Amino acid sequence: MPGEQQPKSQPQRIDRYVGQYAERAVDMVASEIRALFSVAARPEIVSLAGGSPNVSALPLDVVGAMIGDLIATQGSTALQYCTAQGDAGLRERICDVMALEEIGAHPDEVVVTVGSQQALDLLARIFIDPGDVILVEAPSYVGALGAFAAYQADVVHVAMDDDGLIPEALEEAIQRTAAAGRRAKFLYTVPNFQNPAGVTLAVGRRHRILDICRRAGLLVVEDNPYGLLGFDSEPIRALRADDADGVVYLGTFSKTFAAGVRVGWAVAPPAIRDKLILAAESAVLCHASFSQLTVREYLNTQPWREQIKHFRELYQDRRDATLRALSAMMPAECSWTRPAGGFYVWLRLPDGIHSKAMLPRAISSRVAYVPGTGFYADGSGGKYARLCYSLPDPDRITEGVRRLASVIETEIQLRDDFGPAPGIK
Amino acid sequence: MSNLDRVVVLAGGLSPEREVSLHSGNRVRDALAQGGVDAVIADADSALLSHLRAAPPSAVFPAIHGTCGEDGAIREVLGLLGVPYVGSVASACQMAFDKPTAKALATRAGVATPPSVTLPRETFHDLGAAAVIDLIVARLGLPLYVKPSRGGSALGAGPVRSAAELPSAVLSCFAYGDTALIERFIPGTEVAVGVIDLGQGPQPLPAVEIVPGEGEYDYAARYTAGKTEFYVPARLDDGVLARVAEVAVAAHSVLGLRDLSRTDIIVDEHGTPWFLEVNVAPGMTETSTLPLAMDSSGHSFAGTCVSLLEQAAARGG
Repeated sequence: MPGEQQPKSQPQRIDRYVGQYAERAVDMVASEIRALFSVAARPEIVSLAGGSPNVSALPLDVVGAMIGDLIATQGSTALQYCTAQGDAGLRERICDVMALEEIGAHPDEVVVTVGSQQALDLLARIFIDPGDVILVEAPSYVGALGAFAAYQADVVHVAMDDDGLIPEALEEAIQRTAAAGRRAKFLYTVPNFQNPAGVTLAVGRRHRILDICRRAGLLVVEDNPYGLLGFDSEPIRALRADDADGVVYLGTFSKTFAAGVRVGWAVAPPAIRDKLILAAESAVLCHASFSQLTVREYLNTQPWREQIKHFRELYQDRRDATLRALSAMMPAECSWTRPAGGFYVWLRLPDGIHSKAMLPRAISSRVAYVPGTGFYADGSGGKYARLCYSLPDPDRITEGVRRLASVIETEIQLRDDFGPAPGIK
Repeated sequence: MSNLDRVVVLAGGLSPEREVSLHSGNRVRDALAQGGVDAVIADADSALLSHLRAAPPSAVFPAIHGTCGEDGAIREVLGLLGVPYVGSVASACQMAFDKPTAKALATRAGVATPPSVTLPRETFHDLGAAAVIDLIVARLGLPLYVKPSRGGSALGAGPVRSAAELPSAVLSCFAYGDTALIERFIPGTEVAVGVIDLGQGPQPLPAVEIVPGEGEYDYAARYTAGKTEFYVPARLDDGVLARVAEVAVAAHSVLGLRDLSRTDIIVDEHGTPWFLEVNVAPGMTETSTLPLAMDSSGHSFAGTCVSLLEQAAARGG
């Protein structure tokens, strides 16, 4: 055989550009986990995975009529280009929304973005050089980690507890970074009903966090998609309300109105704002006028505060169902957070069980969650799973938790038979 | 004159191969459009039966991979409805989809297949996993290859080079199924051989040699364009190419398969082909080997899909 072979065919690699991609695209490959999430989207699966808002709770007929009127009366503006900073009228209304969290911003400080995800991308674009340190909570929002990774940041996680980011851990991370001859570019935090952990930064810690960052010259990026969705209290005063120069605030209408309109915003000190506008201009020229005016009209003409109250009640029912089901059915070795708002419970699995390795069995059992590994830049977090309760109704949540509990029981038996799953950190 | 008034391509399903199946289904539908046949995609869900009853198709092209698509279940239902379909009947699929059964039948047909054991999860639990694992290593040696007894796309599958790796490999396998097939790993050239039967009996397509860019031919290597090199025909001697073709046709025949199949084979350093498994709903994605083999053998992908459907329609339900 060897030596006798005559090459008869040329290699086919399907992708003729395979040698031409940028280094940052090397890891963009097909993934088993993504394939599993394709199944999770099917109605047969109880999905506690994706963090989708419950838009069916909107008065869709009213919104539809409003959009029809918008096009009929303002179509020539709604269907035209606009400025990169965003529609002035919308920015005024955004300031009204932020006032609920005691932010006294001027519309000129606001930059409209494609959801807050684009604000994350723009911030990464203007701040991050390859290898720069970015401090984030442990765990942190997967979309932010993705945005920072795209600019080749060195993400450093800072510990949290049930009261959110731990000030001492933040100080230590800053010092450790400095001792290595490096300086962190910013702290990224989701202070309210955090994604994925569901915890909220305690009011008593907020000034300390700001003080620590101010002393270190560290910019704070406050991402607050869930701030108006607290169950037990009025909206919490934003970090931005106490430090206009040291905090870039990110907001979105994805959770309080509709994710599909893709409208978010950033409020930033003037120098940063100007760069964000220029970066947005080069990225998308301008944002969708239609979406912006839809949100503006919604805020101008609809009872949006009452709608948020309705959303809060709906999510609270689902949160309660989730916690009840977890208490009733989860194996004793599991523990979980108890969110006071937002969408997420952070489940800690029994020792030796890996949430990513467990996912195929869960999908086969027709329940889905997000493995904790996605929320750590280094892929650790396998002992955790994020459960999102925003979409299924309470009975489906109970059924989903029942299925998940059964899957975990099987994993416990496998762990006892074969030892801990590999790759647990 | 085509007898294809209405064609349904089945794609999706609820197995972990759903996404692959959707790609396969879309590609088949597009190929059919090129061949002048309009087709619609349908999923194996609660709407399927009423859809098929309301508008009975001339023929169905099943492109659902994994459970439901390849285990015979959906074809059993198509049979109950009397709907003609491309591919093997349910009973043949049941044997082909169960890898240990397919191996046993291939062995009966005189085809070499790696020595293996098939064990359910409960056996490890009841007898003690460590003792069973020791026994496997003592009996089969190393290296090994572990995979779920049913399933595809290399999900839950992987090599084992040392005894210490075996428990975690079995654990990964059990994430995708409750029975593990543990084979002796045969190093060599990995080839996939398609078989098409357009009425003249099963004909082998050229063997496609698979060379992953790095590491194993795993899920990422299978479905990321550019991560794997394919050689069509495989860079093997003519005599070896003839033998791998014989193996694929033998597997197709002994399992009673119909219309099309794809057999995965390892050719060892001595030129011996070892049967690994056979697929009754082979992948039809941009990175799948069967369409590559069709294109390089002068069977156009579009033309072959149309011919298979015409044949199924003529055969009836």
